[in-house]
Amino acid sequence: MNYRTLVGLEIHAELLTESKMFCTCSTEFGGDVNTHCCPICIGLPGTLPVINKRAIEFAIMAGLSANCKIAKKCKMDRKNYFYPDLPKAYQISQYDMPICTDGYMEIETESGVKKIGIERIHMEEDTGKSLHTEDGSSLLNYNRCGVPLIEIVSRPDMASAAEATAFLEKLKAILEYIEVSDVKMEQGSLRCDVNVNVVADDGRKTEIAEIKNLNSFKAAAKAIEYETARHIEALEDGENTLKDTRRWDDVKGVTVSMRSKEYANDYRYFPEPDLVEMEISEEWIELIRKELPELPEAKKERFVKLYGIPVYDAGVIVSSKALAAFYEDAVSRAGDAKLASNFIMTEVLRRLKETDANITDMPFNSTDFANLLKFVIDGTISNNMAKKVFREMAETGKKPEKVIEEKGMKQITDESAIEEIVVRVISENPQSIEDYKNGKDRALGFLVGQVMKASKGKAAPQTVNRLIRDKLSNL
Amino acid sequence: MKIFDLTAHEVRDKLRNRELSSVELTEESYKRIDAVESKVDSFITFTKKEAFLQAKAFDERMKKGELLGDLAGIPMALKDNMCTDGILTTCASKILGNFTPPYDATVTQKLKNAGAVIVGKTNMDEFAMGSSTENSAYKTTKNPWDTDRVPGGSSGGSAASVASGEVFYSLGSDTGGSIRQPAAFTGLVGLKPTYGRVSRYGLVAFASSLDQIGPLGKDVEDCALVMNTISGHDRKDSTSIDRPVPDFALGMKNGVKGMRIGIPKEFFGEGIDEEVKTMVLEAARLYESMGAVCEEISLPSAKHALSVYYILATSECSSNLARFDGARYGYRAKNYEGFKDMFIKTRSQGFGEEVKRRIMLGTYSLSSGYYDAYYNRGLKVRTLIKQEFEKAFETYDFILTPTTPTTAFKIGEKSDDPLEMYMSDICTVPVNIAGVPAISLPCGFKDGLPVGMQLIGKFFDEATLIRAAYSFEKASVICRQRASIMGGGVNEL
Ligand SMILES: [Zn+2]
Repeated sequence: MNYRTLVGLEIHAELLTESKMFCTCSTEFGGDVNTHCCPICIGLPGTLPVINKRAIEFAIMAGLSANCKIAKKCKMDRKNYFYPDLPKAYQISQYDMPICTDGYMEIETESGVKKIGIERIHMEEDTGKSLHTEDGSSLLNYNRCGVPLIEIVSRPDMASAAEATAFLEKLKAILEYIEVSDVKMEQGSLRCDVNVNVVADDGRKTEIAEIKNLNSFKAAAKAIEYETARHIEALEDGENTLKDTRRWDDVKGVTVSMRSKEYANDYRYFPEPDLVEMEISEEWIELIRKELPELPEAKKERFVKLYGIPVYDAGVIVSSKALAAFYEDAVSRAGDAKLASNFIMTEVLRRLKETDANITDMPFNSTDFANLLKFVIDGTISNNMAKKVFREMAETGKKPEKVIEEKGMKQITDESAIEEIVVRVISENPQSIEDYKNGKDRALGFLVGQVMKASKGKAAPQTVNRLIRDKLSNL
Repeated sequence: MKIFDLTAHEVRDKLRNRELSSVELTEESYKRIDAVESKVDSFITFTKKEAFLQAKAFDERMKKGELLGDLAGIPMALKDNMCTDGILTTCASKILGNFTPPYDATVTQKLKNAGAVIVGKTNMDEFAMGSSTENSAYKTTKNPWDTDRVPGGSSGGSAASVASGEVFYSLGSDTGGSIRQPAAFTGLVGLKPTYGRVSRYGLVAFASSLDQIGPLGKDVEDCALVMNTISGHDRKDSTSIDRPVPDFALGMKNGVKGMRIGIPKEFFGEGIDEEVKTMVLEAARLYESMGAVCEEISLPSAKHALSVYYILATSECSSNLARFDGARYGYRAKNYEGFKDMFIKTRSQGFGEEVKRRIMLGTYSLSSGYYDAYYNRGLKVRTLIKQEFEKAFETYDFILTPTTPTTAFKIGEKSDDPLEMYMSDICTVPVNIAGVPAISLPCGFKDGLPVGMQLIGKFFDEATLIRAAYSFEKASVICRQRASIMGGGVNEL
């Protein structure tokens, strides 16, 4: 029996507006406990929400970037439930009229490009945070309360953990590109719930399991794999799973059912009477569309065309807006697009991966990087040396020229100096000359290597090559 | 005539003529409170210190020859569901018994800016739920005309404080008639503005889509002056509407000649006291004698207004009152295990019976499986009622009805029968459902108790209501009558 996995995602992204959804408090992360609060966001009696127009624009930007339809009319609803971190005991959200609907995003899969449907994107406000201390008391921090969020709900179009990961990465890249969210999962500005079920070839299927609050892409992927296996096992045993809300236990590597009481909630949605319905005009949408930057897909195509780099490389480079900007800036300064892309695809990405960092976290900037490439292009250092210099730059933040100088890595470009070494090496290796005359090309390489060794790698390889050929042909 | 018997605009004139200082006037107000408060129980909180500061400031500015507004220097009272910075705001509930907001409601701010002297915060039905001011967690306010009777509700404290001469005017809030019904019961003029005319910021919400703040005064002119001060767009309230505010006192004296008045037969049916009916219809004759045209009309959906009201208002209140959970402010139960238990015990102990009854009704109406049958259908009927009013106003300048089916009832008379109590709002509720403005003013007396009539107007056309009410007031002899506690009363007519 074959089984098909259906994965749907619900992603919450905090919006990067300066102020909160319904008041003028700062949305900045951190800050002393309960300092980013006012009577409105902590829901004191009599206070009223006033909607942050920028939050709506950000939601529309996200919708446009995900090929969604933008609603002409927009209303907010109340989602009612009791929890200490929810000061009004309702969350202002959107229920039956989300701001964006019916979109899609394309992801790369093993079998090519795949469209993943986006059912809706709606706006809501974030809750505060509870902190439970060891002595059993609970403390509440309302700094996050009222920060604008969008919730992006995909269709169950992903068939594996890998596809879900690809979708999440794509979505993260887009939100980062359009600068509506800083997409930091570790700070909670991007959060993800996963819905999984499995369909057998004979049509039997399991009930959807919802895994809540996954705090990394890795955890999401593992949870999907775990759930897929659990659901298949159930079907193979002729059973079904329960419609269930679960959480991922990262330590044990399993999902655990949450007690039914925790989620059996009737949210009693109804239209928020403190806010009036909003009209979203075509003109406004067009203004917002003009504000949108070049998106990853378009940028990738442009990089391939303009810089002549491989599609794969372009795809990798544009996956991060900062990396793409770094690349473009380096190319504009150093001039060699392919050299730049090769260097990024190997050295730079390796370094980022090793240190689990973003390009913006590196202690050098694109100008330093461009200068390094320039030294390669003008023959000051070899490619191999450049790798060493790069490592030093990444570790210490030193300028490339300084590293080269300190380590004496400057190439010997003075021909007479190189010629001296060449003459000495040829005289010390009569056997190689014999081999060369007998048509063994390997001998040439050997002699070049010997010269490089004698010059401690500093001799300009092209010059070495030319001089050896000259000498040998004159013998 | 005693000072406390005067209207706000009359004392304004005395202040401007320097016959009186604001400090003297404020002293008069507290003297009056000393004399009658124990009989009427209008107030929950007094703000004597702040009131005298404001009064002194007024007097100093007067000395400098500054030109001050109509309400400056005049003692008034706020219903205790309007937030006052640094001053207790309890909503007459145990759950907010210790709540001091760190901000002013927009109306509070506007009154302060206008130089008003806020004497105190008045008693009300808990969270503005009720029609008699018997649902207060603190005290029952009495009707100054007959202290065995209720002053109406939920702005009963605000009404009684004016009708007994403790202050010169007050603000109430009106969700289903809570300004107009007490105005009718205490012989005052009360105005519920168009929804969106006055900012709700800082008004502790009962039912957000129905609540509106408005004035209670001894005469129409006072209400017009208060409206001039509290109306207008407020960026802090998204439902407040950006529309110019006319000077409501300006065209007030232009008469009603040529006006068309609709008299909806549905408001004169079963349950309406015969004498009340007769007096309102006599008022119609008086209008005709002044050159207006009266015609019977029909508003067939209005009979559903009370049902719609109890679905929508309770739904909204169940949500609005959910924040009172003991976690952040207000009352918290003493012994509990875990936060759920704390919520449950706090709310069980902190809310009164009527509030709990309405929260339960609303929770039920909104719950899944019932939403469509109740809340959603309620919204649809609401649209119908609105459309009927709009249609009527294509032909008529205003609509004339009784304000209440009867005069003020006895304390305790209806408190065991919520449905009976709800009926006292049957004429006022359709106005809130439609969102249009309405004014209540005295049109006669029955057995020594005032009878109110209600004029309902077009959206944002409070000016016509004020003009029509003013014409009636001048043409009849009713407006100069004062409650027995004022040493007046009908017997001395
Ligand atoms: Zn705030």
